[in-house]
Amino acid sequence: MTKKEALYQYLLRMGDDSLILGQRLSELCGHGPILEEDIATTNISLDLIGQATLLLEYAGELADEPKTNDELAFLRIEKHYANALLVEQPNGNFGDTMMRQFLFDAYRKPLLEQLMQSVDKRLAGIAEKALKETKYHLRHSSEWVIRLGDGTQESHSKVQASLESLYRYAHELFFENEVDEILLNEGIIPAAKTLFPLWEKTVTEVLEMATMSLPKNNWKFQGGREGRHSEHMGFLLAEMQYMQRTYPNMEW
Amino acid sequence: MMEIDIKELEKKFQLKIDKDIRIEPNDWMPDAYRKTLIRQISQHAHSEVVGMLPEGNWITRAPNLRRKAVLLAKVQDEAGHGLYLYSAAETLGADREQTIDDLHSGKAKYSSIFNYPTLSWADMGAVGWLVDGAAIMNQVPLCRCSYGPYARAMVRVCKEESFHQRQGFEIMTKLASGTSAQKEMAQDAFNRFWWPALMMFGPSDADSSHTEQSMRWKIKRHTNDELRQMFVDATVPQAELIGLTIPDQDLKWNTVKEGYDYGAINWDEFWQVVGGNGPCNKERVDARRKAKEDGKWVVEAAMAFAQKRSAKKSA
Amino acid sequence: MEKSKEWPLWEVFIRSKQGLNHKHVGSLRASDATMAIKNARDVYTRRSEGISIWVVPSNNITASDPNNEDSLFEPAQSKVYRHPTFYDVPDGISHM
Repeated sequence: MTKKEALYQYLLRMGDDSLILGQRLSELCGHGPILEEDIATTNISLDLIGQATLLLEYAGELADEPKTNDELAFLRIEKHYANALLVEQPNGNFGDTMMRQFLFDAYRKPLLEQLMQSVDKRLAGIAEKALKETKYHLRHSSEWVIRLGDGTQESHSKVQASLESLYRYAHELFFENEVDEILLNEGIIPAAKTLFPLWEKTVTEVLEMATMSLPKNNWKFQGGREGRHSEHMGFLLAEMQYMQRTYPNMEW
Repeated sequence: MMEIDIKELEKKFQLKIDKDIRIEPNDWMPDAYRKTLIRQISQHAHSEVVGMLPEGNWITRAPNLRRKAVLLAKVQDEAGHGLYLYSAAETLGADREQTIDDLHSGKAKYSSIFNYPTLSWADMGAVGWLVDGAAIMNQVPLCRCSYGPYARAMVRVCKEESFHQRQGFEIMTKLASGTSAQKEMAQDAFNRFWWPALMMFGPSDADSSHTEQSMRWKIKRHTNDELRQMFVDATVPQAELIGLTIPDQDLKWNTVKEGYDYGAINWDEFWQVVGGNGPCNKERVDARRKAKEDGKWVVEAAMAFAQKRSAKKSA
Repeated sequence: MEKSKEWPLWEVFIRSKQGLNHKHVGSLRASDATMAIKNARDVYTRRSEGISIWVVPSNNITASDPNNEDSLFEPAQSKVYRHPTFYDVPDGISHM
């Protein structure tokens, strides 16, 4: 694998994480628990779609046959999406949505912080912009996790259940393979092992404030990064790709 | 209060209105003025919030990244506008939750246009162009409404809405100059939304129960028919420019009034939709009610948390 | 419906740029001050309208009574000497 191929793969991972999570959150627009929160969730969704736009644009330029970000976003087959399983999980209840967001933000923030030091200036630039947004997302999601965890009995047990079901997907965020090895040696990306303790620290602190406990189940799902997705993914893509598939080769 | 005092206050109030002095929340105002405003502002707020749903219906299926982001930002604006308006209604003593419960129980109305379904991507163009276009016609004069908080909310709304109509027209322009499938999609959406858009201005002046008093109070500045005429005159040339056909055989330019004559509006359909028989009335209100019910535990949790924290602080 | 569960109302004030006062822009609902600031950011500064936000619980605001308008504000109207235009400045002086 060349450096270029590795970077292409890595940008897909990041771009797809943003795209698919942004798509999930966009489903909620108009259905939030209260108007103010509806607006906040939509802001996060907009930020993520914006990040996906930049990341997939860069990826498209590195593809074997150059592609636009729209082609990458809307015209790949399921197997070629590299997002983590976590972000494609359905919105569930508000606790599920915020917990999914929190587990992701707690990983994304240190990743972006370190990517700002990347020798790849373009990636560093994208990371700098995305970091400002992600810091805000993490504040938002962690505040909600704390509120729900330390709110009512009902909210505590609901968000604890969210954690139990989603925690199993979180470890895949630290997946590494040949792609990482190449890029790490080039100084383009940080090592997952430097990110994990930072993630773990955030998660532990927030869960403690939320009076919640880490799940006993240590099972770790993975597959998304290698194109093996959950059953939910096909439906998400069917919806997202509907226009491009039904009316191929048209301008919108 | 003695009747003579009320007469005196009403006279002073009307004098203020006549001199274009804005009424502010704590000022004395006739009960009927307050009631009319609460009804109108909360209906307006509900329209913004229910109005998120037909367009929200296409966010996940938007054809490319740019359109997805624009549509998301637009629908988000509607939520913001709903909020500004609920906030204006609260200055009159209308509690937001109560107001929203009235929407959910069917007691409060909202703009009937949102009871029509959005069936294709072109509907995003038609809604932005026609529905937001009609809304802007209605809203611009409201920026000079006699009630301060409403007028100020409308200034904010109008400033933000200017991009809404443009993005809709841009979608339509793109489709109308696209493939035959796209042109057909655009014309179909236009056909379905043209008449309901005309109905958005409300019953014709002869049948409108609120107009006269509202004009005297300067809550309203133009009659329904005047606004409708302005909308037709502005929109027909836009449609012609991008090659869409107005679905009205009676439409023709009237040189005497320097405006278009248009065909008869199907008021039967209008009253049916207002009365609950529109294609999506039930779905729209159900979706709003569900959002509130699903969020109830979240709202309670946040409140419980805030109370716990403030207890800890003061302890 | 239990009314006590509704989030309190907050008044929002925004400083649009350095050097200007915070200005009242509207209100919103939030369970606590932290959330009120965040919500204000999302609701009232979506187009970079501000660089600083104040939130105040609406029920903590004491307003003057418009029925006393005359006694509160009219006396000030007669004190024109508080305004610089009250004073004559000799022709030779352009700035003071």
